[in-house]
Amino acid sequence: MSGAREAVIAVRGLGTRFGAQVVHRALDLDLWRGEVLGVVGGSGSGKSVLLRTITGLNIPVAGSVKVFGTEVVGAAPEALAALETRWGVMFQDGALFSALTVRENVEVPLRGVEGLPEGIRRELADLKIAMVGLPPEAGDKYPAELSGGMRKRAGLARALARDPELLFLDEPTAGLDPIGAAAFDRLLVDLAGALGLTVFLVTHDLDTLIATASRVAVLAEGRVLVEGTMEAMRAVDHPWVREYFQGPRARAARASHEGRG
Amino acid sequence: MPRPTPPAPARDRIPEALERLGRAAEEIARLLRDLTAYLGLFVLRLGAAIMRPRRLPLTALVHHCQQVGLNAVPIVVLMAFLIGVVLAFQGATQLRRFGADVFVVDLIAISVLRELGVLLTAIIVAGRTASAFTAQLGAMKMREEIDAMRTLAIDPAEALILPRVLALVITLPVLTLLANVAGLAGGALMAWIDLGISPAMFRTRLLESSVDHVTVGMLKAPVFAVVIGLIGCHAGMQVQGSTDSLGRLTSASVVRAIFAVILIDALFSIFYSEVGL
Repeated sequence: MSGAREAVIAVRGLGTRFGAQVVHRALDLDLWRGEVLGVVGGSGSGKSVLLRTITGLNIPVAGSVKVFGTEVVGAAPEALAALETRWGVMFQDGALFSALTVRENVEVPLRGVEGLPEGIRRELADLKIAMVGLPPEAGDKYPAELSGGMRKRAGLARALARDPELLFLDEPTAGLDPIGAAAFDRLLVDLAGALGLTVFLVTHDLDTLIATASRVAVLAEGRVLVEGTMEAMRAVDHPWVREYFQGPRARAARASHEGRG
Repeated sequence: MPRPTPPAPARDRIPEALERLGRAAEEIARLLRDLTAYLGLFVLRLGAAIMRPRRLPLTALVHHCQQVGLNAVPIVVLMAFLIGVVLAFQGATQLRRFGADVFVVDLIAISVLRELGVLLTAIIVAGRTASAFTAQLGAMKMREEIDAMRTLAIDPAEALILPRVLALVITLPVLTLLANVAGLAGGALMAWIDLGISPAMFRTRLLESSVDHVTVGMLKAPVFAVVIGLIGCHAGMQVQGSTDSLGRLTSASVVRAIFAVILIDALFSIFYSEVGL
């Protein structure tokens, strides 16, 4: 069975809209186990909406979304809650609970685990905090006391708290300085490899794409316009895709990546 | 030669005004429907918490009781005391002309216990708490904290709305009781200074008038509490990405809450006169 690919996410004929504004029409997308899929697209192309729809936060008007073979659209709360233990979501600015410390934030998903003693829960949270490269003292800080990059790492620690198989990342490097962004990219590659994660990555950061994504899906015109490796993207003849993957920024990103080895 | 467009004739303005009226009516209908849904959600979560008390977010409940209850005590007591003073002073001036000075006690008892104590407390709480709830939930909505909760299988209605509204339901009657006491104290003080009605006499006269007034006033408090809490939480959950909508909804929630409190108070008056209380 080595040749068979397992679809972790299978989106078919997805249609979403807000009022009169159509975001997706008949969108199909697959995410295979073990890959890091970079979802790119212009502003307003519905990248984040797609992430929110797959995670059940947004209800589509048409189509089906299957995660681990379970239908998300119209799922009962219990079924959705069961799925939610198998995935982790990291929102743009971490979306940490501002009333809780970083450690308490990471402990929140673990509270739902039956029969987990408080001491072990705390140790597990500290382990996750260390795993995302935060110093131990960060655990006692409140989100408002952290820098943007640290908040994102803390958000990642919370997303990883229950050892998910599938990780959703919404613009993980947006608003970071280039050094912080590159460090986050390396962290992501290391963690995805070490933990065997399947990653759904929404981004418009070319450096992140080159450094982390094993496959790229371009959203435009309400659907997945093209998908494939970064190399394949350069051959695509579509104005936006050409502009994005062959523009000056793309060349600079590629050059710096090759330079770094 | 281009000419300035003539002003729209009057008959075009009428449909326009009608359209605005229609839109406003639709918005109010939608708001009422949403608030009804929130009421149902609150009752459901409250029922679930009563069945399984361990699920009640106790820490949050205590925290909100302090915020909306304990911290509001000074302003509520001061306000009620001053209202009692003003009522006694104004009442005395009028009643003295008829030689009916002593009825000032009835005046204060009826107006503070039946109406003003609970109504003004609810208005102050609507002003400070409905806006606080909207701002808190709105900020959480903007930071995607509420989305994060949903993806962690935490129900925002149970974790955020239930403790807030419940804290109001617990503390608003207590605040009303304190306001009643302060209002009567202010009235008694002024009656003593201005009319020479001794506190002992005030007390005797007060106890002669019906105790029903206290019940009538206090019964309104939990209803006001639920309405204020739900309006504040609902507006917070409506906040979209921009800070603009946060500000707009925060002020809207205060206006809605105060309006609802006064409207419901009027409905209570009709209800009480029908049942003869």
